[in-house]
Amino acid sequence: MRGNPLAHGLIAPGSLPDVLQLLSTEPGKWTPIAGGTELMVAHAAGRLEAAHLVSLWGIPELRFIECRADSISIGAGSTFRDLRSHAGIAEQLPLLAKAAGWIGSIANQSRATLGGNLVNGSPAADSSPALLVYDAEVELLSARGSRRIRYADFHTGYKSNVMTAEELVFAIHVPVRFASHRQYLRKVGTRRAMAISKVALAATARMEGQFIREIRIAAASLAPFPTRLTATEGALAGKAIGPSAIKEAHAALLVEAKPLDDIRSTADYRKAVAANLLGEFLMDLNAEAAPR
Amino acid sequence: MSDCLSSVQFEINGEVRTLRVPPMKRLLDVLREDLRLTGTKEGCGEGECGSCSVRMNGELVNSCLVPVLQAEGASLQTVEGLANEGKLHPLQQAFLHCGGAQCGICTPGMLMAATQLLAVNPQPNLAEIREGLAGNLCRCTGFKRIFDSVIAAAAESQTQATEQAAHAR
Repeated sequence: MRGNPLAHGLIAPGSLPDVLQLLSTEPGKWTPIAGGTELMVAHAAGRLEAAHLVSLWGIPELRFIECRADSISIGAGSTFRDLRSHAGIAEQLPLLAKAAGWIGSIANQSRATLGGNLVNGSPAADSSPALLVYDAEVELLSARGSRRIRYADFHTGYKSNVMTAEELVFAIHVPVRFASHRQYLRKVGTRRAMAISKVALAATARMEGQFIREIRIAAASLAPFPTRLTATEGALAGKAIGPSAIKEAHAALLVEAKPLDDIRSTADYRKAVAANLLGEFLMDLNAEAAPR
Repeated sequence: MSDCLSSVQFEINGEVRTLRVPPMKRLLDVLREDLRLTGTKEGCGEGECGSCSVRMNGELVNSCLVPVLQAEGASLQTVEGLANEGKLHPLQQAFLHCGGAQCGICTPGMLMAATQLLAVNPQPNLAEIREGLAGNLCRCTGFKRIFDSVIAAAAESQTQATEQAAHAR
């Protein structure tokens, strides 16, 4: 432990209005901490900059999962264990349920929150590709009111986002109209358990016979933040699935992907694997669509 | 510095304790330094190895990643809370019997992860055991004997349950 606990204040107002009040009276002073799976690592390493932290753990207004006919709303304080063990999410948002089971270990999943995963903004964030292909929206809340934005517009750069110092993520709203779509999610890391991804790819596609009527593709670790691969989508939308569409999509992905070399992998490897993952999904679509 | 301290109360291994501690002190350090419960070990200190695993409100957590203020009002269980009146917990007995403990650093965390697993899934299969313990690293045993220990403890508790049911009839 290289950090000094006495160098950081932490308070736990315990209610959402109290936290929002604090953030609006002294904007920029307070750093919210939820399950601590990111900030406590920085703290132990002696690189936690925040001097004043406010706890979001145990605030009931932030921890809920609500299923409606057309969408599922997930409180930002819901843990990945909450997501994994929720029948509605398993049924309607299988890619999100799958990603929730990947995040760290059981002990991490019982503390790490969905809101924390998004605000932390790692380029490798496990929940992000699924939320991107499901067209999720993020609801931000401050003492002044709330606003909803597309999750695809949430990240603005490496570890930066559209939030002001007064705002918290309140909820993530996910439409549930993808049941008839083919869905895909795969993560490639160093080992199966407990490994941060080298690259992850999610996709949904609505087919009409041979034709791709709608397609969404998103990736982690191919850019400074998790993103949709819109050019690759463009190479496929409206086309008949088959060798030539697959080849064009492959080429588009290799141009669109802008991964980095870092401690976990190389840019070349990430590109090659992302293209292979896309290929795996498209081959499945092709096999499904083939006349029997 | 007393104004930097917070009062924190929780129940640990069945006993209510109240402490004045820095709120950002790691639960792990409070357990080891303030409460002298040194059964819980520090491994990586970043939530990757599971050696500091404890149970908090019926869930498994890495105590190195919990600021102690967030344990306010919680019910905690550490490895010291497993044995009952000098009698080892069936999991501890099984780890002894099957050779599930070697150097011992990972053992308290393994026991707590296994306790959590059996609490939610009393008869896990091997895949479920591997998943339940995936966040706990052991560098000695190759894991085989740890998995054997959990299987043995689950079988033992099933035998006991069957015997108790037979007595009840």
